[in-house]
Amino acid sequence: MTKTLTDKSIERAARSAAGRQPAGPRRNWREIRAAYGFLSPWIIGFVVFTTAPMLISLYLSFTDYDQINAPNYVGTQNYQQLMSDPKVALALKNTLIYAVMYVPAAMAVALGLAMVLNRVGRAAGFFRTVFYLPVMTPTVAAAALFLLLLNGQKGLINRSLMLIGVHGPNWTTDSAWIKPGLALTMLWGLGGTVVIYLAALQQVPKDLYEAAQLDGAGSFNRFRRITLPMISGALFFTMIVLTINSLQMFDQAYTMFFGGQQQSTYANDAALFYVIYLFQQAFGVLHMGYASALAWLLFGIILLITAVQVRLSKRFVYYEGDR
Amino acid sequence: MSIDRRSFLFGASGIAALTIAGCGGVRQQTSPTASSGAGSVTTQGFGKPDDVGQARIDAFKKAHPNITVRINEGDFDPQQFLSSVASGNPSDLVYLERGLIGTYAAKGALQPLDDLISELDIDTEQYRGPAMRQVTVDDKVYGIPEFYNTRNILINGKAMREAGLSPQDLSTTDWNKLHANAAKLYQAKGAKISRIGFDPKLPEFLPLWAKANGADLVNSDGSPNLDDPKTAEALAFAYSLISEQGGWSKFKAFRDTWDIFGAGNAFVKNQAVAFPWEGWYVNVLVQASPNLDLQSVPFTDRQGKPISFCDGSAWALPKGAKNAKAAVQWMKTMTATETWMQAGAARAATVAKNKSMFTGLWTANVEADHQVQDKYVKPSGRAGFDQAVSHYYASTETAFAVNSSKAGSEIKTAWTDAVNRVLAGRQAPEQAMRQAQSEASKAYSALK
Repeated sequence: MTKTLTDKSIERAARSAAGRQPAGPRRNWREIRAAYGFLSPWIIGFVVFTTAPMLISLYLSFTDYDQINAPNYVGTQNYQQLMSDPKVALALKNTLIYAVMYVPAAMAVALGLAMVLNRVGRAAGFFRTVFYLPVMTPTVAAAALFLLLLNGQKGLINRSLMLIGVHGPNWTTDSAWIKPGLALTMLWGLGGTVVIYLAALQQVPKDLYEAAQLDGAGSFNRFRRITLPMISGALFFTMIVLTINSLQMFDQAYTMFFGGQQQSTYANDAALFYVIYLFQQAFGVLHMGYASALAWLLFGIILLITAVQVRLSKRFVYYEGDR
Repeated sequence: MSIDRRSFLFGASGIAALTIAGCGGVRQQTSPTASSGAGSVTTQGFGKPDDVGQARIDAFKKAHPNITVRINEGDFDPQQFLSSVASGNPSDLVYLERGLIGTYAAKGALQPLDDLISELDIDTEQYRGPAMRQVTVDDKVYGIPEFYNTRNILINGKAMREAGLSPQDLSTTDWNKLHANAAKLYQAKGAKISRIGFDPKLPEFLPLWAKANGADLVNSDGSPNLDDPKTAEALAFAYSLISEQGGWSKFKAFRDTWDIFGAGNAFVKNQAVAFPWEGWYVNVLVQASPNLDLQSVPFTDRQGKPISFCDGSAWALPKGAKNAKAAVQWMKTMTATETWMQAGAARAATVAKNKSMFTGLWTANVEADHQVQDKYVKPSGRAGFDQAVSHYYASTETAFAVNSSKAGSEIKTAWTDAVNRVLAGRQAPEQAMRQAQSEASKAYSALK
């Protein structure tokens, strides 16, 4: 530390003696303007469609607003109400249980697939495409498909389980199995995570494995001591993203258990995820002010969970530039 | 690469213009003659019209060539509807379930029609009473009723006879007998259900079971009445039918495998023996499986008196609709007796082409139903289907609707959730309905 400071002091003194500021890159205003010109659609979009709605939603969360009549300021009433609303607690519980089920499962499955892909030689491109294709499937279509596959009485998944003597559960109608079934459905769209892990795996220096192997490390030890630390940055990134996505679960659960008059009638409490309840409050019973408060509570929860994850990551995540 | 200031500004302006244009909505300019009942009208929620719908659209266009009609296909979407109203850019007409009218009217999302009904001389007496009460809030009319769905019990005759039963054995008059027969007709192999004996259709038909036991879910003043012990008793009975037949999770999973609209429907594949259903299903069955041995009995209360639960669609006028007069003219024409007769002719042509049978249109217009029945509904040679049609016509005279309420959506959500909690085994019927009453009362009080 002392040496560094000393070096910097010397450098400053030398510059001062030379009578000029440190030479930096010259600002090319023409290019900067052009850059902002190209960025402007995104900037406009971000301000108009993200920042402004967020600020409006923050304001609405302190009002009684039904989308038709003018908002009526009610102070913190909506926030007080959501603290005593049993459905908020239920929806939060469902969402957190689902996140705890899905995130580790998704990371494990994606990593397994990525490791398999990393070993494939000739047809690697083909398999990468195959694993990524489900991401391109519309979520509503995939959800509708899984409703059939997961049917407890005649679905293909339970029929397959029967081949090995296992009586599968009623995934879509038994309260205890709805969230595991949904987590299974969501594994369908893991292609993006697989690609990220694959890229990370391909960046791990081969000489580390060779050295470990020479030292007698087995495959499990190589995976634990080399692979996991070296891809921990990617693991951490996907953990954050998957956690946020899980907490915002909507499309698949809504399609499978609430979408349309028919499913909505048979809605099972076990599938009441937080964002679904928020949507019901906003557009089902027109409590937009309350729904806005719900949205901000979720924002706070995600922020908190992400902060904890970031904090913990400092102990477990290795970045190449770190010392 | 270099871009000068002028090019940049031009590009940025172009992007901004495109963005603004893209957000500008889809509504056409209203013509200057709109307020006089001419111009154009746009619908929302009408879906893709079938032969009956198309015939009535054609009838309107012929009767009112000065009004251009734009049918926005797609079912009613609350989010789309409310967004359009909130932004001041609604369609001229919205087509929705009558049960939703109370809630939207209370919020001010719909306009009362009384003045235009009077100006356009619409005879509201022609519509069925229960349907009109559903669209009336605080003595103001907010919708014009269109279809009228009632429920009766449809029976798989072959399976019933093989079990040595008659249609009356599946009547809802004697609940103990019904319970025993449902259990007798139920079939399963291990954990797999192969046939449901009697499906009580929960949660959606709770109003019917409650009424059969002497209770209304909503009082005549619109307040919720969900904790009536008779309702809890009815729910307990209907739930016991499901418990007796495998339990909800298996029962529902098995029912989800049925092909409702196809030739391999639950009756044909012997997956079901009996269930209450709306009248339109007879039309589905006769087309999908014309040789089916269909039987039916009226739904009855516990004293044996036929009752039925009705609902259906209505046309309404969104707040801010620009061409109100033309919109209400559309409502009048679409639900008029002569228009229904043209729809009847179109359906008769379809039936003749398909060598099928006319099973009724089930409208909210009393006179139209009578005339259509007299002119087009004839003995088809399929005795079971003919009898089912006659039962549905009879039930239009005895049907009740859930009373209209400003908190209609909230009340329905409360009792539907309660039934689902019971079905999931989380609560007993009394406890679930007490909670539902508490939730619904809170919502109702907030809107009072």
